[in-house]
Amino acid sequence: MTTSRTRFTAPQRLLHWLMAICVLSMLFIGVGMVSTVASKYLTLVQIHKSLGIGILLLALIRLALRICYGAPALPADISEPMKLGAYLSQYAFYALMIGMPLLGWGMMSAAAYPIVIFGVLHLPPILPVSAKLHTLLWRAHFYLAFVFFALILLHVAAILFHKLVRRDGVFETMAPEIRRAKPEPK
Amino acid sequence: MAQSPPPPRGFPLGSLAIIAAVVAVAATAFAYTAGWLSPHRLTPKKLVASLAPAEGPALGHRRNHTKGICFSGTFDANGNGSALSKAQVFIRGQYPVIGRFNLASPNLNAVDAMVRVRGLGIQITQSDHQEWRSAMIDAPIFPVSTPQGFYELQMASGSKDPDAMKKFIGAHQEFLSFLGWAKSAPWTGSYAEQRYNSLDSFVFTDQSGAKHSIRWSLVPAAQTVPISPDELTKRGPDFLEKEITERVAAAPQRWSLVVTVANPGDPTADPNKAWPADRQTVEVGTLTVQQIEAEQDGPCRDINFDPTVLPNGIGTSDDPFPAVRSAAYSRSFNSRTAEESHYPRTTTGGKQ
Ligand code: HEM
Ligand code: HEM
Ligand code: HEM
Repeated sequence: MTTSRTRFTAPQRLLHWLMAICVLSMLFIGVGMVSTVASKYLTLVQIHKSLGIGILLLALIRLALRICYGAPALPADISEPMKLGAYLSQYAFYALMIGMPLLGWGMMSAAAYPIVIFGVLHLPPILPVSAKLHTLLWRAHFYLAFVFFALILLHVAAILFHKLVRRDGVFETMAPEIRRAKPEPK
Repeated sequence: MAQSPPPPRGFPLGSLAIIAAVVAVAATAFAYTAGWLSPHRLTPKKLVASLAPAEGPALGHRRNHTKGICFSGTFDANGNGSALSKAQVFIRGQYPVIGRFNLASPNLNAVDAMVRVRGLGIQITQSDHQEWRSAMIDAPIFPVSTPQGFYELQMASGSKDPDAMKKFIGAHQEFLSFLGWAKSAPWTGSYAEQRYNSLDSFVFTDQSGAKHSIRWSLVPAAQTVPISPDELTKRGPDFLEKEITERVAAAPQRWSLVVTVANPGDPTADPNKAWPADRQTVEVGTLTVQQIEAEQDGPCRDINFDPTVLPNGIGTSDDPFPAVRSAAYSRSFNSRTAEESHYPRTTTGGKQ
């Protein structure tokens, strides 16, 4: 899965940052919408469903790119358990980026709600109507959302640690390309 | 890429502080958005909890309009609605319906003669699978003008303070017009003799894109026979469900769906304010109730008659209630479907 490149390819980086914004928005919209009774509730739910399905599509593309292009190797001096942690968290992210939208879609199917995204597009149900299934998926969507957020906090803390403390170039693997003229700053 | 870490520079306190600060700010923003830091925010959770009777909610059941019975039938559109809305459901034709007659009380064992307001939930399915769901009541106006007022009404009626209702009415004069109806309107002995009103306003969009502010009502074909609450009491606590079952078994029951179009300036954001009686009305079709089924294994059981589930051509208006109701009904639905063990089905798997 690793490549000799020192950075992720440009499409991978673009998708990473675009999706980081989308996923964070989704988490905030999610917890915000279920705790409000204001009229914006309906708008938030609409955005939540549409953006969520958007994330599903982007995540599948991103997964394909990852399989094609792999990832730059982590610095050699990182301990094995840390490396394992880094890889596991990446698998977990992919699982969540694909799993959360499917859970959302599935739970709405099981609850017999019509699923309309972007105001016009009707998605077909992906599961039969069932109170039991709905409950299971709804709970999973709920708990995994918090797991997702916690993992992002951990991810950000770890990346900042690489950037500010270890200064080992891990951050730069995902950083936007800024001029080749000044190689290896600092 | 850096070959090796920079020379050690002592303990990186500053950097660690930045990291901790970033994580703390993000976590706090998340907690704030989720409402955990604002205990006074009116949330769907609080609103639904406020409905619960003193002994707690009826687990496994709807958190309001708890006692009810399922029906199925059809909606026959006559085509007249197409002048107002491009929704397929108004194109002449027949569309399947699932619905539920109910009492407006959070009490599962409510006695029919003790509950002033009766309701009807309905789902009409278009052939393109878009749905029109609605939950309506027989009162001509809603008790309060705002969702906040509805919450305050629940708090006041559940309060131990003997003056709570008086204080509530002091702050919500609009409740008096509802009380006027509640005290004077005749009672009937059948769900089939009731008129059911959307009360909330919605917006129809026609083929040309023009928008029309409307409300709708189901007007019964059955003749209304007034009876006294005392007489209803004598007939038994669950008379209405027995009556409608027998009545529909004997003959399908019909309502005509009537759309009322607002004039400019009519109050569209306040379901407590009726529109003047001379407003244009359009009869758009007929609801026929063909079969009654007990809720426990019936087709309405696991449906959320969320009033914001609407086909293209019908949308919400500036009325704040539908959004609140959507949030609250979803919460109620999530709770009750997760409590199936408290309300087990008698046939495995249930219908649908
Ligand atoms: C909000 C959701 C986020 C998700 C779901 C996410 C997910 C991921 C994933 C799956 C990878 C592995 C590379 C890949 O296959 O694309 C990665 C790498 C990376 N992320 Fe994020 N990320 C998020 C937010 C952030 C943020 C806010 C930062 C900035 C501090 C960041 C910085 C990085 C960096 C520098 C890498 C490359 C190093 C590595 O592979 O671990 N990410 N991210
Ligand atoms: C990356 C994708 C997604 C993320 C991160 C996400 C996150 C969340 C979060 C944080 C909540 C609030 C949970 C709570 O506090 O109760 C939520 C609720 C919800 N999500 Fe998602 N979601 C995603 C995708 C979707 C999709 C694609 C759909 C539907 C098509 C969906 C439908 C819902 C619904 C209906 C709720 C409300 C649940 C309830 O009634 O309590 N989600 N989501
Ligand atoms: C903020 C105001 C309101 C709140 C909080 C509220 C709350 C609720 C809740 C929690 C349910 C149970 C939903 C379920 O589990 O499926 C319900 C059902 C119902 N409500 Fe409301 N409601 C409100 C306003 C209204 C209005 C304005 C009407 C009528 C015009 C109405 C008519 C009904 C009916 C008929 C049902 C029963 C639907 C069914 O059979 O499933 N409600 N309400």
